[in-house]
Order: sequence, then C-alpha cells, then structure tokens
Amino acid sequence: MGYPHNPHPKEMVVLSQYFGDAEARTYDGWVKRGGYQALEKALAMEPAQVIEMVKESGLRGRGGAGFPAGVKWSFMPKEKKKPHYLCCNADESEPGTFKDREIMRWTPHGLIEGCAIAQYAIQAEVTYLYIRGEFTEPLRIMEQALAEAYQRGVLGSNAMGTGKRLDMYIHRGAGAYICGEETALMNSIEGRRGNPRIRPPFPAAYGVFGMPTTVNNVETLASVPHIINRGGAWYKSLSLSHPKSTGTKLFSVCGNVKRPGNYEVTMGFPLGELIHEVCGGVPAGRTLKACVPGGSSVPILTREEAESCKLDYEGCVEKGTMLGSGGLIVFDDSADMVYQIMRLARFYAHESCAQCTQCREGTAWTVRILQRILAGQGEQKDLELLLDLSEQMTGKTICVLSDSCAAPVVSGIKKFRGEFDAYINGTRRPRPVLVHA
Amino acid sequence: MADLPLINLTIEGVSLSVPKGTLVIEAAKQAGVMIPHYCYHSGLPVAGVCRMCLVDIEKTPKLQIACATQVAEGMVVNVHGAQAREARKGVLEFLLINHPLDCPICDQAGECELQDYVFQEGRARTRYTPTYAKRFNPVEDFGGDVLYVPNRCILCTRCVRFMDHVAEESILNVSERGDRAYIGIHPDRRLDHPWAGNVVDLCPVGSLLSKDFLHKARAWELDKTASVCTGCSQGCNIHLDTRDNVVVRARPRANLEVNQYFMCDHGRMQYRWMNRGDRVEAPLVAQGDELAAVSWDHAFARAAQILRGASGRAVVLASPRAATEALFLAKRLLARFELTAAFRVERVSGEAPLAGVPNLALRGERAPNVMGATLLGYAEQFETALQALNRSAVVLVVDDPLDGVSADQLRAAGHVIYLGTALPDPARAAHVVLPVANVAEEDGTFVNRDQRVQRYFQAKPAPGMARPAWWVLGELLAELELGGPFGSAAEAFAWLAAEEPRFGGLSYELLGTRGAVVPAGQPAGVSA
Repeated sequence: MGYPHNPHPKEMVVLSQYFGDAEARTYDGWVKRGGYQALEKALAMEPAQVIEMVKESGLRGRGGAGFPAGVKWSFMPKEKKKPHYLCCNADESEPGTFKDREIMRWTPHGLIEGCAIAQYAIQAEVTYLYIRGEFTEPLRIMEQALAEAYQRGVLGSNAMGTGKRLDMYIHRGAGAYICGEETALMNSIEGRRGNPRIRPPFPAAYGVFGMPTTVNNVETLASVPHIINRGGAWYKSLSLSHPKSTGTKLFSVCGNVKRPGNYEVTMGFPLGELIHEVCGGVPAGRTLKACVPGGSSVPILTREEAESCKLDYEGCVEKGTMLGSGGLIVFDDSADMVYQIMRLARFYAHESCAQCTQCREGTAWTVRILQRILAGQGEQKDLELLLDLSEQMTGKTICVLSDSCAAPVVSGIKKFRGEFDAYINGTRRPRPVLVHA
Repeated sequence: MADLPLINLTIEGVSLSVPKGTLVIEAAKQAGVMIPHYCYHSGLPVAGVCRMCLVDIEKTPKLQIACATQVAEGMVVNVHGAQAREARKGVLEFLLINHPLDCPICDQAGECELQDYVFQEGRARTRYTPTYAKRFNPVEDFGGDVLYVPNRCILCTRCVRFMDHVAEESILNVSERGDRAYIGIHPDRRLDHPWAGNVVDLCPVGSLLSKDFLHKARAWELDKTASVCTGCSQGCNIHLDTRDNVVVRARPRANLEVNQYFMCDHGRMQYRWMNRGDRVEAPLVAQGDELAAVSWDHAFARAAQILRGASGRAVVLASPRAATEALFLAKRLLARFELTAAFRVERVSGEAPLAGVPNLALRGERAPNVMGATLLGYAEQFETALQALNRSAVVLVVDDPLDGVSADQLRAAGHVIYLGTALPDPARAAHVVLPVANVAEEDGTFVNRDQRVQRYFQAKPAPGMARPAWWVLGELLAELELGGPFGSAAEAFAWLAAEEPRFGGLSYELLGTRGAVVPAGQPAGVSA
C-alpha cells in the first residue's frame, strides 16, 4: 500500500493531516504533533461534560447510519451497575470504502486517543478494536501503536497518570462483511457466529457479553480528539450546508476517476466538485454517467443528480440516496450498469448471513436474474420481478443487508432502464458472466 | 405471571388483556388467531429469523415480527391485513425457491408447515425460472434416529437452538452463508443425545426425519391419540399415532408441568411392544394339564368359584405398567384375604436429563405407574411376595411378565389367576387366564413420580376377546357382589376416588388431558 496524495486545496484537512507522515505513527511523533493532549484534557473533565461537548459538535456516526455520536453515548446507563464496553468498528468492508484503513495506517494513536476519550465518556472499562480480517497492514500498525500506548502509560491501570483504568484489546475479524453490523460484531467478539441480533434489546442496554455497549466507527472516534481540542463549537462551524451535518468527512473515491483516493472535505461539499475538480474528473474522453456516494449499499445517482448533490446527510437524502460510509464509486459512460449492479448484488448474496429468509434467498435470486439478463436471456417481466423482490427485501429483515442489495437494484432499474432493455431486446451483445453467486 | 400487570390490546379486531411481557404471537393464540411462523417455538429461545410472522402493528412504520415483539397498551395488531399478507407471501416464495417439490415422497407431507402455509396464503405459481439450479446437498445421517435432508431445510434453526439451549449440547450449527447455508454437525460427533429425537418433531418441514418412521406411513393416514409414555416414571405426555390399528410412532404432547414439548428417544421406541403379535386373545381355564379357551362368562364363573372357596392369605403380583384402576380393583378383589401386594420395576442406574428443562429426565425407574402402585399400598417387595406364595390360597398376577419366576413357584399357591396381555411360560400354571388390553388399547391413568395422575386414551382395539383390566376386574367384582361392574374407565376411577382418600376429589373430567397432582396427605385437588 502506497502513500496518499498531497491534499487538494479544496480539501479541509483534519483527520487526514498526517496521512503519509510515517513519523506520526509513533508515540513520540504523535505527541510532537499535539497528540494525547485531548485525552489529558478529557480525563480532567467529567464524563458527562465530554458527552455534552460531543453532542454540541453535532458529530454524527461515520459508519453509515449517521446517528449523533453524543446522543448515542448518552444512551448508556448513567448509574453504572454492570461493566460497560466500547467497541470500535474497524471492520470496514463496504465495497468502495477505504477511509478507516487509512486512519489506522497513518494515525493509529489518533484512533487510540479517540477510543480512550469515548471509553472514558461512557464509563467503559474496555475498548474492543474490531479490525477487519483482511486488514493485515492496519492490524500490524494498530498492534504496534497499542503496545506503545501501554508502554508509555497512555492506557492501562494508571492511564495518563490519572489513576484511571483504560484497557483496549484488538479483536481481528475473520473476513465477514456482516461483522461490520454492530450486533453481529458483538457476537463475533463473543466468539459466536457473526449474525446480527434482533433489536430490542439495543446495545446500550444489552450489548457485548450482555453488558451496556456502544459501538462507534473508526472515523467517528478519530474525530473526537479534534473536538475536545478545539471545542464543539468549532466542529459545528465546519459545515457548508445543513446545520445538522457538521465537521469533515473522508470520502473514499474509486472507479472511473483520474485520481482515486481518500479526500477529506467539509460537510456539504458539492459532489460534482469532488469528482470533477478534486479528483480530476473522469478519464479523458469520457463523461460521468453515475455514481454511488455512500458505499455500495445506497441508491445510485445519475450524473444530473450527482452534479447537484451536496455531500452531507440531508443533501444525499434529498437526492434519494444516503451519505452512508462515504465510499464514492464513480462510473463513466463506459460502465455497464447492469453488470455493475449484478456485481454488487453478488457481493451481498455472498455475504448474507443466512438468517432471514428474504435476504438468504432473495439476494441469490436477484443475482441469478441479473445474470440471466446479462446472458441475453432476460425478459421484461424479469425487471418487474426484480423490483418486486427488492420490495420484499426492504425493511423486513433483522439488519439492512438485504435492503442494501435492493437499493442499487431498484435505483439502477429506475434510472438506467435502457441498459437493461438493451440486453433484454437483444440490441446489446450478451456478456458472459461467471454463473454462480 | 398472575401478579404481572395486564396489558390491553386488539388483535384482528379481538380485544384482550394479557400479562405484561407477553409476545404478540402468544397473545394472538389467546385471541384465537394463529400467526403463521416457522422459527418460533414456545419451547425454544426466540430467533426471529424466518420473518414469517410479520404483522402490521398500527402506528409503527414497518411490519414487526410477532415472535419478538412484546404487547403494549393500546396496541392494534393486523395479522391478515394486505401488507402483512404480501410480506408472508414473499417469504413463502423465497422459501420455495430452494425447496424441492417432492411432497409426494416426503414423510412430512400432510403435517408440513411449509405445505400448509403455501396452500393457505402462498402464490399459486412460482416466479423462479425453472432452469435455475436449486441448492443441492446430499442426505446426511446425523446419527441416533435422525436423518438430515438439507435440500428441504428452511434454516429456521429450531434444531440448532434445541441442541444449544435445551439439550445443552451444541453439536449442530448453521454452516456456510447465504443461500449455500445448511445445518452442520460437529465433525467428530453424532446426534446421539438421549433427547435428540425432538429435533425431528421441531423441524417444521421434512428436513429432519426419523429413521424409525421413514416411509412408514403418510401423515393423513394416522390417527392420533393422547397417551402417556410408559418408558419411565417421568410420565411424559405423548401422542400415539396409529395406522390400521398399528401404533407407528410416539410423539410428545405438550404439558408444561411435565415434559414441556419433549420426550426422550427411549420413550419414543416404547410403542414397539404395543404391537406385539403373541397376545392372549381369549380367556383360558385349566382343564387337566391344558389351558382351554372359554367364554368370558365361563372364565368369570371359574375365577369367582376359586375366590369364593379360598380364604386366608393371598398375593397380588402387579406390574407397575398396569393402570391405577386395575391396581386398585385387584386389591379390592382380594380385600377379604390377608393380602401381600407387591410389584417390581426395572431400575437403571443414572438418569438422562434434558438439561434445559427443570425436573425432566429419562428416569432410572423404567415404568410409568410405580407411584400409582405405591400410593395404593403395593410394596416393591416382589421376592418377599414370591416366598409368601406357598402359604397363600390365591395369587393374582396383573400383567407381570413373570421373568425369572417358575411355574412351580406359582403352583405353590392354592390357586393362580393370571391377568395378562401375553402368556409367558410360567403363566401356564394358572387356573384362569384373563386376557387384558395394553396401554394403547384401553383408557386408564398412571401416576408419575411427582404424584401427577394422568389419563391415557385408547388408541386401537384390543386383539380378540382381550378387554381392559378395569373391565375384567369389574366383572369379577360384580360376580362376587363386591362392586362393579363398570361401563367405563371413568366409572372405575370414580370408585377409586371415592374409596381411596389420596385420590379424593379427582375425576376423569377434572384430570382432563393434563392431569392433576395428588397433594400430600390430603384430598387431591386440581392444579391449574
């Protein structure tokens, strides 16, 4: 894995300030750059004050759902009767998303610091860092940083010399996408099969090992030290559009763009500008056709929608999609949307945990229909069937994996019906595909 | 539950009040509404995975699963609204895409919840293109009595949850993911847990099958009769399934006080002896060295003649598999003698508990009515009773198989009257043989180890002239003008309840199908 690009002038560099700066990975390097001051400051505050500050900042979950982080923390029992846990969700597996990987690769101490602050705020004894199984390099770096943090007294029984106990363990995933779903993640930590749990009970009441638990995304937690250092009001001021979308957001841009990579922009940054200016636009001679703004689970946007979309939680909803995890997949006019959608559906069919009927059977059936269309054997009624199946797969299951499979299918058929029709009526040559889910 | 506050709600237009914490699916049963479901089972932890029980709850944005939703004040539940029906239709269609339509050769057909719900509210035709492959995995022998047919599996995980949380021996799991998933078994283990057979009953489709019952009968040919297991003194409530008057299998019948929803594999196999062919089919009386078949009247007359002419000591050797009624009447018949009443029971060391259910085990005491015999004053002193034979005028055997007892030992008594289902060799020493029905052929009661009196019902006719022991003994009592006769087991039991204080107040009507406990030392009451 290489070094990241130099920041574009239009980026707002907060989390990614030290991306590419190898020295920042070490404890000394991190302290030299002002690291662990936020933790020191937070440990001198009351936990409730820390939560208030994060609430004030307007920081929302960066894992996809966008739930206000401070509010989530405040769901934890005030009066502590059982052990509390914090889980840092580093199981970043959403196709098109690779921002948490970079946070862990370059600023591991920043993440540890964020975890420690959150852990203190929710009065948890232990943080579990649940790292995706395939993330070998981030794992190694995080393990090094964690060992260093213990050596230097950041963590342990006398964290930062305050006499408080803060413990942190790394738990490595085994390669299941679904383990990024917070209740599946908790099952996985417990050593069970990574199946999502039915809710209620919610994690804040009955989480990992049946104890009150908060699960936060890497990017969310990595943002916390900056809020503590510079204040909630400062963070809240970072917004180009809607007051409920604050701070900066990392976007992992991939697909048909000249300069793919991770870009950090202020909330509300125009999507069109991100693609055409910051990322250098689509390859020469090509035009933008579509994009997925928030990881593969969200509805696809057409060019027109994308170019008028503001990158914040509300702006994406306005265009009928979601900000999600910030995994921006760009398609130019050479992209075969039918194939791309089949490819996404195949991912979900492969990753379905097999609990809920609609998801287990529906994702695989969806793939078979799409493959049949690609093979030139599709019929018009297949499209109606796909939409009907998607309807059955939306809002009826334990978690949103099947909804995530349905979203690109529905938006794809609605917005790029012509491409489906071309395969069905024979004006487009059949495309051989690997025929299995 | 009684002290929990009541919650008022409406299900399909029916208003009801149920204790706080009740699940919607259970509340619906009380409202007389069956919400279709697969993964939910009252005896297992909630999984919420089949998504079949989706219902429309007013003022909630999405459909909710009735199996994991607790009732709330003022809740309005629509089970058969358009939205919920569409969702269930969708689930059924999804379940069928990988399910073979092999109902004609499937043991579950006729009692298959997939078949039933598809007929009830599924699509008439599939939209699954026939050229698409269906998931295929070979049939696997899980061990014990269980066969796994993965192609029919709908992944409801009832079997996995039973082994995890009820048997507490986690050897089944869901293996693989997505539509490739199947039920896996620990590679070094077999499904030989003494209660493993329950997974076959729990399976809502024909995926887990009993090898013993395999291809034996179609579900719609079976007659089901409420009975009580004879395998041990636990007294599990069961159904006996018969076809053409042959018992073909036993399955658990729910009784939360005794066995919840389960029975053990040992109990399951007890039905076999109920079909034995070497039965006594006519009353016999000794004529010279031979036993000659006679009419009931002739046999009763001979037996009465013996009893009238005898006095002094008498012995009853009774089987703890005999009905409480028979045990009582046998003692009444010999009431004017100096009586030794004894039984023996096979005892096996150690029990096989079902870990997740309190007070449920295959007991070491391998007969169903040891407690009934004990309450009626029978002693487990078979050898002592045998030694008393040579001082006795009469010995009455009530279906003890007489293993290890010689004809000469019996002949030591003045007269031998043998009530039995079969005729073991030593019984040929009897002066009168009276053929009786077995447990599957009569109505009666057993008293389990916790002193619960439980009724069992007649599942098939007795062979030949054999009659229930209560009838035979009642006729004989009447012949001697000591009581009886009885037109039914209920009448015999009524006399028992009137005469035996420990059974006071009980009746067949009160016992119903769930039984009642005899309270210690006082007239019996009926538990809720």
